[in-house]
Amino acid sequence: MSDPLVLPQALRDLEPVRSIRTPARLEYTFRAGEATSRFLRGIASKRILGERCPVCGKVMLPPRGSCPTDGVPTREQVELADRGIVTTFCVVNVKFSGSAMELPYVCASVLPDGADMGLFGLVQEIPFDQIHMGMRVEAVWVDADELQPNLASIKWWRPTGEPDAPYESFREHV
Amino acid sequence: MRDVAVVAFAQSHHVRREQRRNEVEMLMPVLHRVKTDVGLDQSQIDFTCSGSTDYLAGAAFSFVMTLDGVGAWPPISESHVEMDGAWALYEAWVKIQTGAADTALVYSYGKASPGSLRDVLSRQLDPYYVAPLWPDSVALGALQARACIEAGVTSVGEMAEIAARSRRSAADNPFAQLQGSDDPDVLLKEPEVAPPLRRHDCPPIGDGAAAMILAAGDRAREVVDRPAWIRGIDHRIEAHGLGVRLLTSSPSTRLAGERAGVGDTPIDVAELHAPFSHQEVLLRDALGLGAGVAVNPSGGPLAANPIMAAGLIRIGEAATRIRRGEARRAVAHATSGPCLQQNLVCVLEGDA
Amino acid sequence: MPDAEVLSAPLVLEYPFSRTVGPVQSAFLTGLREGLVLGVRAVDGRVLCPPVEYDPVTSAELTELVELGETGTVTTWSWEPEPRPNQPLDRPFAWALVRIDGADTALLHAVDAGSPDVMATGMQVRIRWAGERVGSITDIACFEPAEAAPT
Repeated sequence: MSDPLVLPQALRDLEPVRSIRTPARLEYTFRAGEATSRFLRGIASKRILGERCPVCGKVMLPPRGSCPTDGVPTREQVELADRGIVTTFCVVNVKFSGSAMELPYVCASVLPDGADMGLFGLVQEIPFDQIHMGMRVEAVWVDADELQPNLASIKWWRPTGEPDAPYESFREHV
Repeated sequence: MRDVAVVAFAQSHHVRREQRRNEVEMLMPVLHRVKTDVGLDQSQIDFTCSGSTDYLAGAAFSFVMTLDGVGAWPPISESHVEMDGAWALYEAWVKIQTGAADTALVYSYGKASPGSLRDVLSRQLDPYYVAPLWPDSVALGALQARACIEAGVTSVGEMAEIAARSRRSAADNPFAQLQGSDDPDVLLKEPEVAPPLRRHDCPPIGDGAAAMILAAGDRAREVVDRPAWIRGIDHRIEAHGLGVRLLTSSPSTRLAGERAGVGDTPIDVAELHAPFSHQEVLLRDALGLGAGVAVNPSGGPLAANPIMAAGLIRIGEAATRIRRGEARRAVAHATSGPCLQQNLVCVLEGDA
Repeated sequence: MPDAEVLSAPLVLEYPFSRTVGPVQSAFLTGLREGLVLGVRAVDGRVLCPPVEYDPVTSAELTELVELGETGTVTTWSWEPEPRPNQPLDRPFAWALVRIDGADTALLHAVDAGSPDVMATGMQVRIRWAGERVGSITDIACFEPAEAAPT
């Protein structure tokens, strides 16, 4: 055990520094890459585009240019419906900073028809406690003049009124 | 100790800015190339290890997305180091030594173009006493260069010769970012960018990726005719305080070199990760490399320096020359941190 | 996507980090706040400034503080012709390793020399204290040549 630290007389009765503030700010220009850019441009024209893997045949959404299972490029574009199944969801009761959402609200994973992976989105136009797995929903897009190459172009998903999808039809995506 | 060899190596064409492809799109061709070269698919790779830093992308855990290019299903044994890929190679080598793997895939990448590399690198410095001043990497390199020049270790003329030789050598390297047969006298007429450094004394900033496959013993002999055996590998780090270290020599490189067995028998080729021209002199001295050793035939980091991949590329370039029969015994070096703070040395040898 | 450009967007990463300090760092930074420079004695007897918690050679805990002066010697330097945001000065300046008088190791900081012609390894410099000091390495605003009139 070493000797204890002895402060110089001049510092002994003063409030010691216990911590320092070290803010860090770094600026970047993020580039989306080819696959993501293709997908987002599709969104800006109200199209949901997935990419099919040449090995396993699954359709990736949102597409990122590769199949995570097989590690190969996924170049085949597949146009998907803007309606699908709620595979799972969460009722959010906690506000987080920066959010203007009224509580409670529902965030869901929606599997568009034809896709093998889901998109995250809000589910609205239905009381939160009636939302359930297997519900058929459709995208509610922003107005045409507000379309942007980002997922905010889909405001939320709402029930279509169609009968629920049977669990067997989406169990692999849960 | 098990015999471990480099059996495949591939790298991207290093460019100032990869405008179109994201990191995964950049890596996939390189990953596929090494697996195809040895005829192994991911299910035959026992361990995967990557080296990169998320600070280049500005997104935490962004390195995880690169597994999309590996094909990580069924689940793989995998690790990552927030370091140059040379240290990912070290971890893979250790894994093989323990017997937990016979084959390993090592990869690394650096896409520096989205951010300001000089500012990003300042975040690796002592957070209490140094980082709040935001000294950039070139300024720190310049501090060391001046100390070396004033100590008589090198001169701006020797530094210009190193830069010119690097670019001439890179003319034969299709992957290098900077090539050309510049004359040292022409280079010396350029203005200093951070005195005493001129632009040619500094590494080019760019985007790039590299991948390598390691295999042990008989497995290596099964997949390729001429493995590049790793005869020794070691890495050492110095104190993090710049003012505590002696900047005019590289004791960590000297020690790592001794432990890796550099001095045991003559070296033909050295690939040294010296991002600044004066550092090549320090490394040569630390490793005891004589005039007969060909240094950086690839062009070295002065021709292409994709951050986080440049060290792994030195090992890959050295291994390539051995596998082609152009060299019998090589030393490859990788560095990390400001002013050669941490150094890895690897000795590679071909079969007799 | 042959003709369309890849999409890009600005990304700002900003963290309000706050770090607690150990006893030696606390003493040093409190000292700076009060206009006093401290070093710490290492196991081999060398005085380290800036001081650290653990010996860089033996890793022993260090506790013997040493009072130092406000002047020092430049052991090496470089010139920053285009200062970047957050650096100590917004006009061209020198980076230097400064061995504070009484210490055996050097501290990295800026020297407001005005011109690289003024800089030389071995020159004497002194601390220019910041107007408001809070307990940070930036309480040293920069160094200035000892021969210049105090600012």
